[in-house]
Amino acid sequence: MIIDVKNLVKRYRRADKNAVDDISFSLEEGAFFALLGPNGAGKTTTVSILTTTLVKTSGQVTIAGYDLDQDQSKVRGNIGVIFQSPSLDQNLTAEENIRFHAVLYGIYTFRPFFSMMSGEYKERVHKLAEVLGIAKDLFKPIKTFSGGMKRKLEIVRSLIHHPKVLFLDEPTSGLDPLSRRNLWEYLHEVRDNEKTTIFLTTHYLDEAEGADMICIIDHGKIVSSGTPQKIKKDLVEEYLLIDSQDKLSLRRELNKLKIKYREEQDGGFNIGIAKANPQKIISAIKTDLSYLKTHSPTLEEAYLEIIDRAKKEKEQ
Amino acid sequence: MKKELNAITTIAARDFTKFIRDRTRVLATFMFPIIFIGILGGSLQSNLGKSVAYNFLTFVFIGVIGQTLFQSTAAGIISLIRDRENDFSQEMFVSPISRFSIIIGKIVGETSVSLAQVVGTVIFAFIIRVPIQFDHLALVIPATLVVCMLGGSFGILVLANLNNQMAANQIFPFVIFPQIFLSGVFSPIKNLPPLLFFLSRLTPMTYAVDFIRGIYYWGTPSYSSIVLFNPLVDLLVIILTSTLFLFVGTYLFIRNERNR
Repeated sequence: MIIDVKNLVKRYRRADKNAVDDISFSLEEGAFFALLGPNGAGKTTTVSILTTTLVKTSGQVTIAGYDLDQDQSKVRGNIGVIFQSPSLDQNLTAEENIRFHAVLYGIYTFRPFFSMMSGEYKERVHKLAEVLGIAKDLFKPIKTFSGGMKRKLEIVRSLIHHPKVLFLDEPTSGLDPLSRRNLWEYLHEVRDNEKTTIFLTTHYLDEAEGADMICIIDHGKIVSSGTPQKIKKDLVEEYLLIDSQDKLSLRRELNKLKIKYREEQDGGFNIGIAKANPQKIISAIKTDLSYLKTHSPTLEEAYLEIIDRAKKEKEQ
Repeated sequence: MKKELNAITTIAARDFTKFIRDRTRVLATFMFPIIFIGILGGSLQSNLGKSVAYNFLTFVFIGVIGQTLFQSTAAGIISLIRDRENDFSQEMFVSPISRFSIIIGKIVGETSVSLAQVVGTVIFAFIIRVPIQFDHLALVIPATLVVCMLGGSFGILVLANLNNQMAANQIFPFVIFPQIFLSGVFSPIKNLPPLLFFLSRLTPMTYAVDFIRGIYYWGTPSYSSIVLFNPLVDLLVIILTSTLFLFVGTYLFIRNERNR
């Protein structure tokens, strides 16, 4: 297990509720894990704890085999982090940003100018710049870079020390759709080449589609977890919604046909069709229908539904 | 150890690079001596200068050196709080280096920045013909590092007790301005009413300013009427308080930082 989290709890000082409320999960090396949830669900809190910038209240965490409490420095050396807010230094050039990172992680010895750095470093930076397509802009302040470019640069920088786990905290928030897609193409390349374990938090469900494992959290609790396929099966509830002017005879008929249904609060009969054939149901019913609709949500809608459901349960 | 030194150099180099690329900050560096020495010092010299036995402009100039070193290093350290909200500092805090190295690197970096500011001050003083004994000024150079250390560690102590940038902006003037006046940058503080006397001797910046003046005026006739303590006494106080501030400040800072 590259990441193992057991009963993680975080309560901020002066808070009356847990921001992260007893969550557990574990990840295999090389996995692509996505932590999903609405704003304020506890995603960033979880990432901050796993990346050692925040102390947990209780629970046990090991990353790359190192205990989060005992071997902080070892944990830090084995992870790369892309923060939600950009962490590039705006006054420095792209190359300086990379250089400072590389030196902080003890990979190269610091020299005040690029020309004085080791040959190996120079070669690596040039290669990276080419991959990113910023060869000309390498020595320009990153102020002049686009949002998507900066994000890519951050990813490149975080991979300099070959981390075992790469944490990405909402990496695409604030990016336009094209930059988003570009960034994802690049990330998939990185994954293929480096075999890095990826820990992603996002509120875009489509970004989690390619994950090996998804965890949906809300109000600090895991509300659903598993492979995207499993989540889909769990979450996506397909049903038929019918109604009639003559509710009484429709109810009687459904009972007679032994069709299981649930009457919705706002009228209408909800018939699950996960195992049944909707056509058969419809053709069996003789009562005049005033309303007919099949409901098969996308994963995105299913996700919104589960968040909504969790919210309602909370309110009750 | 080598790894930590490497990291300290990087952090310091970044601070200095940021400073020289920030035109507004470089400009502000020259504005302060113009206000403090040119305007304030100049007006004090022409109105009060005759009642003291020494040149008031020089007195203020040397005091401003001590103040700049202390204040600028402290302010620089407090900028860590801004950094951590939206900057490279997040990077530093997840990197596998000791937290002490981060703080030390920051102090070294801000020290180099405040030294650059002092160079600006000296150039300005030279231009407006403040009487300066350059051989005495040269002796001050090693002392500047000690004063920066005090400013830096004081900055850490303040920083450790702040939550966010807003608090930093609001609190900083309150912890710095009283010190400027209590430490006697612009006015002699040899004789003070009991309460002010007590407060001024409690002010860290007093020892920074007095240390610089003690070395500059060493062996001159005005030494006894300007300097409060023997420079060795100042040095001892500075070393002791710096060590205390640094350890307590770093401890509190790291604790508060992670233990939110």
